[in-house]
Amino acid sequence: MQWMINGDRPIYQQLTGQLTERIVSGVFPAGAKMPSVRDLAAEAGVNPNTMQRALADLEREGLLYTQRTSGRFVTEDKGMIEKVRQQLAMGRIADFLSSMRLIGFSEDETMELLRKASRQEGETHEH
Amino acid sequence: MNTNDLIVCSGLTKYFGGVKALADLNLTIGRGRIVGLLGPNGSGKSTTIKLMNGLLTPTHGEVRIDGEAPGVYTHSIVSYLPERSYLNDWMKASQLIDFFADFYKDFDKKKAYEMLKALDISPADRLKTMSKGTKEKVQLILVMSRAAQLYLLDEPIGGVDPATRDYILNTILTNYSENATVMLSTHLISDIERVLDEVIFLQKGQLTLHETVDDIRESRGKSVDALFREVFAC
Repeated sequence: MQWMINGDRPIYQQLTGQLTERIVSGVFPAGAKMPSVRDLAAEAGVNPNTMQRALADLEREGLLYTQRTSGRFVTEDKGMIEKVRQQLAMGRIADFLSSMRLIGFSEDETMELLRKASRQEGETHEH
Repeated sequence: MNTNDLIVCSGLTKYFGGVKALADLNLTIGRGRIVGLLGPNGSGKSTTIKLMNGLLTPTHGEVRIDGEAPGVYTHSIVSYLPERSYLNDWMKASQLIDFFADFYKDFDKKKAYEMLKALDISPADRLKTMSKGTKEKVQLILVMSRAAQLYLLDEPIGGVDPATRDYILNTILTNYSENATVMLSTHLISDIERVLDEVIFLQKGQLTLHETVDDIRESRGKSVDALFREVFAC
């Protein structure tokens, strides 16, 4: 997974989002030890204090926790990770549906197109 | 004074003859920061850096680095990359490394050789046989191989290609220490704002803005690059 810092949004918010994606997709699985702030910052090409701020945000949300002596870990609460994963998915679907409405597609039309596109993608994957 | 303050400028002013290059700069910078000193040509960036390094003396006001006026002590904790090379052209990269290691107690030869290798520069090459960009790389390697408390980098990314620029930024990030601060001047902000904590805008010798990158993005809804283009539009 590539780090993408762009646009005008605060950098720490972009990092929070991309760290969350890595947690829900299992790049950083439940209970895993996180790399150091310095390593994460160098990998993402961002300021270490900004990365620290993003990690602190995820701690506040409960996705990460710090053990005083041994570092920072992903929560072991898989239910919580799943809940965040569902929230992310719902958010993206809502964005998608509203962008389809914007170009004049009803929900039914969109659903139909979605099934068609999904079948086509399935076929190309088989070949 | 707070020992966490690494740089304190009070009323720092510099005239060259009748020309005001820097006017009444009041500025405090902490440790563990990566700071961008931004402004168009002639805005006072190099003057500010030279005053911090003791290469210029202020007309009024003062600058203190770790509580001291620029001098023998501050030279031992400040690593400075000048805008122009002062190195001896006939020297090989390896000789320059020895020269720096003799001069500075905090110089790490191993680190210097690692960086030469990463940038594919032969230690046996003489400076005068190198391209302009390669010379700049060697100079930056020498500066970044010190374990200094303050790195003052005057236009470190001006003349290098994008791959080298990324390597330089990565070097600054991997070199990061909570005790050390990096201040770099540039007018190319777009690709570097993600490595910066805070930015300082200089305009005609005056400080016009001193904020963190994310505060700027949060309060103004635009990147520092976009703000820079707006403020310094020709």
